[in-house]
Amino acid sequence: MSQSDAPLADVSQEVVAFRVAGQDFCFDIMSVREIRGWTRTTVLPHAQSYVKGVINLRGSVVPVVDLSDRLGLGQTEPGARHVIIITVIDGQTIGLLADMVSDILSVGVEALHPVPDMVSEEVKAFISGVLLIEDRMIRRLDLSSVVPRNGTLAA
Amino acid sequence: MSLNVLAIDDSKTMRNLLGAALGRAGFTVDFAEDGRQGLDRFDQSDPDVVITDINMPNLDGFGFIEGARKLARDRIVPILVLTTESAPELRARARSAGATGWIVKPFDDQKLVWAIERVTGVGGAT
Amino acid sequence: MTFAASDDFRASFFEECDELLEAMQDGFVCMVDGSSDAETIHVVFRAVHSIKGGAGAFGLNDLVGFAHEFETVLDHVRADRLPSTDEILLLFQQCGDYLTDLVAAARENGSADRARSEALLKRLDELSRTSRGPSADASRAAPDAEDFQPLALDLGDLDLPQDPPPSGWLISVKTDPELFTSGNEPLILFRALSRFGETKVLARTDDVPLLSACDPTLCNITWQIELHTETAEDVVLDAFDFVLDCAEITITPLRGSPEIGLTPLIAEPLSNPAMAEDEVAHVIEANQARSISAPVDKPVSLPPPATSQTIRVDFERVDKLINLVGELVIKEAMLAQAVEAIDLPRANDVLQELDGLKQLAGEIQEGVMAIRAQPIKPLFQRMARTIRDAGTLTGKTVRLVMKGESAEIDKTVLERLVDPLNHMVRNSVDHGLEAPELRVTAGKAAEGSITLSAAHRSGRVIIEITDDGAGIDRNRVRQLAEEKGMISPDVAMTDAEIDALLFMPGFSSANEVSELSGRGVGLDVVRSEITALGGRLSVSSEKGQGTTFSISLPLTLAVLEGMVVEVAGQTMVVPITSIRETLHASAAELHTIGADIRVLSVRDTLMPVADLGAMFGFRDEQMDLEDRIFLLIETDTEKSCALIVDALQDQRQVVIKSLETNYCQIDGISAATILGDGRIALIVDPEAIASGIAVPNPVAMPISAPTEGVAHVAI
Repeated sequence: MSQSDAPLADVSQEVVAFRVAGQDFCFDIMSVREIRGWTRTTVLPHAQSYVKGVINLRGSVVPVVDLSDRLGLGQTEPGARHVIIITVIDGQTIGLLADMVSDILSVGVEALHPVPDMVSEEVKAFISGVLLIEDRMIRRLDLSSVVPRNGTLAA
Repeated sequence: MSLNVLAIDDSKTMRNLLGAALGRAGFTVDFAEDGRQGLDRFDQSDPDVVITDINMPNLDGFGFIEGARKLARDRIVPILVLTTESAPELRARARSAGATGWIVKPFDDQKLVWAIERVTGVGGAT
Repeated sequence: MTFAASDDFRASFFEECDELLEAMQDGFVCMVDGSSDAETIHVVFRAVHSIKGGAGAFGLNDLVGFAHEFETVLDHVRADRLPSTDEILLLFQQCGDYLTDLVAAARENGSADRARSEALLKRLDELSRTSRGPSADASRAAPDAEDFQPLALDLGDLDLPQDPPPSGWLISVKTDPELFTSGNEPLILFRALSRFGETKVLARTDDVPLLSACDPTLCNITWQIELHTETAEDVVLDAFDFVLDCAEITITPLRGSPEIGLTPLIAEPLSNPAMAEDEVAHVIEANQARSISAPVDKPVSLPPPATSQTIRVDFERVDKLINLVGELVIKEAMLAQAVEAIDLPRANDVLQELDGLKQLAGEIQEGVMAIRAQPIKPLFQRMARTIRDAGTLTGKTVRLVMKGESAEIDKTVLERLVDPLNHMVRNSVDHGLEAPELRVTAGKAAEGSITLSAAHRSGRVIIEITDDGAGIDRNRVRQLAEEKGMISPDVAMTDAEIDALLFMPGFSSANEVSELSGRGVGLDVVRSEITALGGRLSVSSEKGQGTTFSISLPLTLAVLEGMVVEVAGQTMVVPITSIRETLHASAAELHTIGADIRVLSVRDTLMPVADLGAMFGFRDEQMDLEDRIFLLIETDTEKSCALIVDALQDQRQVVIKSLETNYCQIDGISAATILGDGRIALIVDPEAIASGIAVPNPVAMPISAPTEGVAHVAI
């Protein structure tokens, strides 16, 4: 498909790339509402361990998911350098805790590849493919998998 | 030529529908919600043609027409009565009050514009 | 319908229908209780008429058909051809109910209940026939249905098939003076004919007299129009529809070459060589004089119409505003905290201005909340119907009395009140009121009465449902509760405590209630619905006199008066309404039952104790209670418990934020709020906590000395 001479703009999309537990991830920039620095959350009773609590986003109560914990890469001890990527997943506004946002990339379909075997099994369940850009492998996060199938982040 | 139409109906739905149909025909529309308001608007806005409902609070359509005909004008402004009634005696009453013609509800764009054309000589935009 | 009636218009039509139906119901209520005046029937008629008109535009034929028949009979009553007897009024109300259903069905694109429609139509029809006066038949003879036929565009092929089709029509027109005074204008009309084909118009001036004998108000010209068209005669004639009663129109087919050589005249000014110029001027003057003299007839300017000035706003927009105002209040609180940290001298302007800002923000919040407020009247009106239906089913005649229906309440609260209130009025008719014969025996009117009232009282809305029935049979209630093992036979109970049994889950089921002169069906469900709205439900009753259910509701679901507390490093909010008192741990008398159930003894009452921190998993169970504080909780459903918190911070109004929008419901938490520092605090749900830890059956509890108060725990 990459030999088609259709202009790149037709098939490219912008993704936001970020780092979680030392690994690169990305998803469609259209799903991003905003990116905020870490703020202390209010702990929720009876929540999954990866739910860090809720924050006030201009009057809305928004839960924050520790992506590292959710992907099985270990709990994050969030600090001032961490970021919360605010996304809308199936109509719910949810904050995703990440180490840092690294890039906003414009990528063509030719950069998108199926999930290679070298990706760990835990992570596989959450990604829909990988982008190979220069020497980096960026995992493309399947946002809908971040929220459990029953739609609730509660334990 | 664009006509100024005064539409008088106490039903918001009918006003909406009239507004849309007249707007599509390229006419400008002024609204009133009953006969009394209609007389005020009639006096102020000097419409080219009036479309009025009959059954309205405060002052009904007959009362409006009679009132409008008493107001000074250098010409007789055509007044079309909008009615679901098709009974002949209602038309006679409207006529004796001074109505120019009638449009029977429900109307469509064509019917409405045709009625207006017959009393103003101006057809709708196509 | 060629009308591209958009969804917006449709939605707006149904909105209007709601208003019209309300006006109609209002009218009926007035007519029934005798407070109607001459205008009432007109208002009802217009409401039904307007619904019909709009429905026609959207092709809602079921609705049009029924509204038409209904309107016809209303018109008979309006014109005094029919008396408004009780029987007819009842039929009107039933028709009104059905019309309401039809509108609802049309809104959902559903269909009508044919059987019900036919039964009502039959009775309307019978009434129409019995009405006095000739126009009854006339209006029936010209049903609107005929107006729904599309314009008959029947091209050619007329009643003379043997002849070749005419090449057009020759139309002659002779006008009456009325044609002109009604605003019709022959030239315009003739011009309009050109849509059918080429026209040639001849003005015949043969009958025009000499100017000296000429009446300027009369038109002595007659016209002949040659219309070259294939359009059918009736369609052409239809163009003259407006003037058929004030002009002589004859129409004959044109065949072959024109029978008269007409030349187009239409754009040329009328000229009459017989008219000298100065005489023309004279005629014009005369005409001007007429129009100048006319202002004398101009009526004194009428007062402005008495319509209330309203605008329509999406609730989404209002909610957004409410959110923003909530933010404003929070920002104000944050600012106040920041200013406090600077430690300014007391008389500083900043503090004064800040005070002003706080007050302003509070007023804005109140004002915005008021936008969500809606009168309770439509809700009561819906109950009128429930009562009527229930009355019909149980063979009781019931009069509905409404009081204070203009009281306003939050829209959301209003919507969520429909079900519980429906349940309660049905219950009142079914079980509160006695059968007519029993009422008569008891010396009451055979017709029962149910009063719905609403009133504002100390920041809440109180809604009461009062019947004049037999009252609660407390012996029977108690007996039933004992049979079900809900209470032990030897517990002394006050009347209020017995009445409260009615709200207990499983107190009674439908079939038992039918033989019980008291109440009970589903009242526990009603109570939990009311409680979910932050409301309280209570009952009072006097034997033989009747029963009153009282619902006390917050004015809004958007704010709550809360106690801000600290629990294991987390800040939480406990609704003030449920806190009876606070108690320092050092003053508390704590007992341990069994291995781990702790109870607090307060003035002979034992309360189960819950450590909020442990309950929400913020820490392990706190055994060392020194310096802790107990919040003694009594919920709206009279459950009680003691909550352990670490410290009290503040008492303040908090804006309620939903947790469920982006997260989900949490056990023991009702909602969230945003505090002055911009952080979120969870609002504790005392009802859920008290139910969760309440010991289910006091009888089963191994407590040495059960006291009267214990009965509360189970309720």
